[in-house]
Amino acid sequence: MRTCRDHERHGMPATATDALLEWSSKTNGRRRAPSPVGQPYGPPLLVLHQGRRRYRSLPAWVALLLAGTGLAATVVGVVVALNAPGRVPVPSEGFSEDNQREQSAAADRGAGAAGHRGPAKSGKGGKPVHNVPPDLTYVRHLPAGNSANASTKSPVEQAREVFEAPAADSQDPPANAIDAFVRARLQAEGIEPAPLCSDAVFLRRAYLDVIGTLPTAEEARDFLKDRHPQKRRLLIERLLQRPEFADFWAMRWSDVLRVKSEFPINLWPNAVRAYHHWIRTAIREELPYDRFAWTLLTSSGSNFRTPPVNFYRAVQRKDPGTVAQAVALTFLGVRPQAWPAERWADMEVFFSRIGYKATGEWKEEIVFFDPRKPLTKTAATFPDGTPVTLAPDDDPRRVFADWLVAKQNPWFARAVANRMWAWVLGRGIVHEPDDFRPDNPPSHPELLDYLARELAAADYNLKHLLRLILNSRTYQQSSVAATQHPKAAALFASYPIRRLEAEVLIDAICQITGTAEHYSSPIPEPFTYLPHGHRAIALADASITSPFLEMFGRPSRDTGLASERDNKLTANQRLHLLNSAHIQTKIEKGPGLAGLLASSRPHGELMTQLYLTILSRYPTPAEVDAALGSPPVDIAWALINSAEFLCRH
Amino acid sequence: MNRQTSKPSPVFAAVSRRTVLQHGLLGAMSWLLAGRPKAGVANEPTPRPPRANAVIQVWLWGGASHLDTFDPKPQAGEAFTGPLNRPIATTDRSVFIGELLPQLAGQFDKYSIIRSMTHGNNSHETASYLVQTGRNPSERVVYPTAGAVVSLFRSRGASHLGLLPPYIVLTQPQGRFDEAGFLGNRYRPFATGGDPNAPRFVVEGLVGQRTEGQLRQRRELLRQLGTLTQAAPGDATLQALARSEEEAYELLLGDASRLFDLDREPRELRDRYGRNTFGQSCLMARRLVQRGVPYVTINFGGWDTHRDHFPAMRTKLPQLDRGLATLFADLADKGLLATTIVWCCGEFGRTPRVATEPPWNGGRHHHGQVFSAIVGGGGFRGGCVVGASDARGETVRDRPVYPHDLIGSMYELLGIDPNGRLPHPQGLHVRVIPDADEEAASGGRLREIM
Repeated sequence: MRTCRDHERHGMPATATDALLEWSSKTNGRRRAPSPVGQPYGPPLLVLHQGRRRYRSLPAWVALLLAGTGLAATVVGVVVALNAPGRVPVPSEGFSEDNQREQSAAADRGAGAAGHRGPAKSGKGGKPVHNVPPDLTYVRHLPAGNSANASTKSPVEQAREVFEAPAADSQDPPANAIDAFVRARLQAEGIEPAPLCSDAVFLRRAYLDVIGTLPTAEEARDFLKDRHPQKRRLLIERLLQRPEFADFWAMRWSDVLRVKSEFPINLWPNAVRAYHHWIRTAIREELPYDRFAWTLLTSSGSNFRTPPVNFYRAVQRKDPGTVAQAVALTFLGVRPQAWPAERWADMEVFFSRIGYKATGEWKEEIVFFDPRKPLTKTAATFPDGTPVTLAPDDDPRRVFADWLVAKQNPWFARAVANRMWAWVLGRGIVHEPDDFRPDNPPSHPELLDYLARELAAADYNLKHLLRLILNSRTYQQSSVAATQHPKAAALFASYPIRRLEAEVLIDAICQITGTAEHYSSPIPEPFTYLPHGHRAIALADASITSPFLEMFGRPSRDTGLASERDNKLTANQRLHLLNSAHIQTKIEKGPGLAGLLASSRPHGELMTQLYLTILSRYPTPAEVDAALGSPPVDIAWALINSAEFLCRH
Repeated sequence: MNRQTSKPSPVFAAVSRRTVLQHGLLGAMSWLLAGRPKAGVANEPTPRPPRANAVIQVWLWGGASHLDTFDPKPQAGEAFTGPLNRPIATTDRSVFIGELLPQLAGQFDKYSIIRSMTHGNNSHETASYLVQTGRNPSERVVYPTAGAVVSLFRSRGASHLGLLPPYIVLTQPQGRFDEAGFLGNRYRPFATGGDPNAPRFVVEGLVGQRTEGQLRQRRELLRQLGTLTQAAPGDATLQALARSEEEAYELLLGDASRLFDLDREPRELRDRYGRNTFGQSCLMARRLVQRGVPYVTINFGGWDTHRDHFPAMRTKLPQLDRGLATLFADLADKGLLATTIVWCCGEFGRTPRVATEPPWNGGRHHHGQVFSAIVGGGGFRGGCVVGASDARGETVRDRPVYPHDLIGSMYELLGIDPNGRLPHPQGLHVRVIPDADEEAASGGRLREIM
């Protein structure tokens, strides 16, 4: 039987502040300085490594370009003879002069074809080819292949090539143990995994998943130019050090920890600020997750001055039963229905001596261990059935927390590993991620155990777990599934396409358009007004009024259930994006796009810049062609309304 | 045709004439059947056939003073009445209401006054939740408001709605709690934004500045640039996205812009409603109900008058009076009042004793102990007073009415079984209205005016 003094053995800090301070002082020395953002690895490029391999043959080039513009090989003769007025400017960067000349000719023919197809589109093309600035590289990202099959590619195949890495790269062996577990399962079921995603897709995906932020056009360009063989791994490292990392993951943890001012949680604005700041700091300073949990469960003090005590206030009722359920949901991923009543009754004992008292300050509350409250039983039982004897002067919260974070408790690490996995891969190994129960088994039990062991071995450093997942081939699969097998999604055969979270979506729109939202909350005492330009992922309080965030399914943080966040796209949301003054004004008037939309740049250059800014990739010739003649503002609107923009993919 | 006077059978009254014309009798019948909620617990009385098919909620956000509106207490003296101490008689000469509501006094035959609303809570958020969900906030589940519940039951299979949201808020959302509760996004209210009193009522998402031709052109471009959709046509998320887009365009290119165009109403009628945001919102609410929208909330803010209460009342009450009185009259004229419930109240009343000391300078604070609501139409009798407060309007004197008593009564008239179940995503057993097991105090449904 374990004693109640385990926390001393664990060397746990006495208070929450100590926990953070102690940890920061330990880590400051050894933590790596963040890498400069957007700095390319290796010298500027003259010749692309991909170009060397893929675009060796000039005849293949011509055929490719023609295929890319949607032109059948049979009309080549006609097109070459035409002297069309509309021209698509030509990419030039990164190719030898010969290549460049060949592309120019091909692109001219492509544009000619567009002119030929309909009078509406003629005469609105770009400038003559010699005016082309040196960074129009979309052609470089043409589908790879040889001339024989290029012309027969269906539009679906052409579109897929935007999202998938070249076939050769897809043969790479599994990157780490995660892939072995996932592949074994897929093989057993006879499901073909999706190929590796393209660099452009990886870039956007990693930004959105790691920092909840869109890459800028420059960041996209730099990454796509980069020829370092480890550039994906290096990008992951850079992203893990970005300040937005703490904002984004604090948002996710605030969902779980129910950080909101108002009904039904009623933390009130000051406490929300303190609590959120503490969570964000813990994430930034890489406070190990076991200490994070232990501190939340054992702190005593004022809700303003000892922020983690708000864990015990962020519940709809402060009775032991409700608190026990909140603890189990948060740290064990267990819902009320999952356990029999006796187990809940046993668990309540650990939270039966929490005291709350007001102070003279408005809405200040002290949370403390109250020894005057009677201990209902001295012989208590942990949820795993281990008995423990509680001494009368013991804070039972500590006894529980020690049991919870002990390395021999596998539930704790599994629950958080599953949460992290679900946050990144859209679905838990136990699904839903907070619904652990015997009749809801994990899809990959060995994988879940492996992740839990890795986490515990890495001193509960959550970034270590993220690194493992992000570097896996499983994570880097294309989102275009190779099969429609009914089990494919549940077995992670492809990266799941999901609508962006409300906060990430509005931040992305604001970033592109150079605009900001006004966030405020008309809660009395005190009203909250956030400074102009505050990002949605950095909002501390789920009670901040925002019609957009409400419409797009921001969780209300009432229960801490993962299912509170609603990422389904409804028709109302669609209407808002397609036609609301809110979004239209941003696109039309926002300084981010205004300059670009008003300039008289050649069509190809405009398309390149819009695509890099909005979709973080270069346009395909087919896309350049399709948009020829459309007003620039309509193109920006269409890209922002495309599934590719609205979804992680 | 005036349906109020011709009195079709109650079941039939629930189906609008428009529905019948548009979808034929069969369509209307299936709509009716689909709209009927499932039977509740077997031993409870079966609900009556629906009398009402729509609700307009006038929400006095901030909490309006009951003493200055529907429960005047001239005998309580100056310390309570402030300067508004001359109540006026309604159509029923024995019933008096606040002196700034003369037009509503003239329409008293169309609504009844509940003077004994109570829940005892004095904080905005909790009280708003209490009044609109009928639930006690200490429970673990976050309940949906009446608007979400009605739109859930009344929009099932309501093909006449198309994509018009079943729960519309004019014009700004309350934004204080999640009105859809556990019912989720689909039943969250759609807030129009814009200003119906402006020359062009721009409705977020629905009515913009672009012509139909431009909308179609853009849609085609969007389709052509949909590379991800082309690459993964079988993806479930992308298919759902495409469906939502389809629906969105149906509405955009359909009749939405005509519906929100208030210039289609006679100028004289617009004037009668009052040329202000609230007045024109009332008119808009009538148009929406006429079109078949089951629940419309007019979110009328500005009632949280802790200081300088009386000057505020002199601006706000005439607007309320004009807009709401015209709404009752107009609904009756159009034959819609028989099937449309109109209810009006805030989250609580205001303290009967006027706070004269600085910094309040004649203010009233929150008072959830007792307050007033009015309700009419859709099967509620007009011209009655339910319950009473004490001589100073501080506590309930008789016949307390708790929020779920009022909401449950509305559900009954709408054909929603208050004893039925709400669909809960985690499968919890959640009743439409709390029962005795949930320890909810109750004064009973409003049988006296139903």
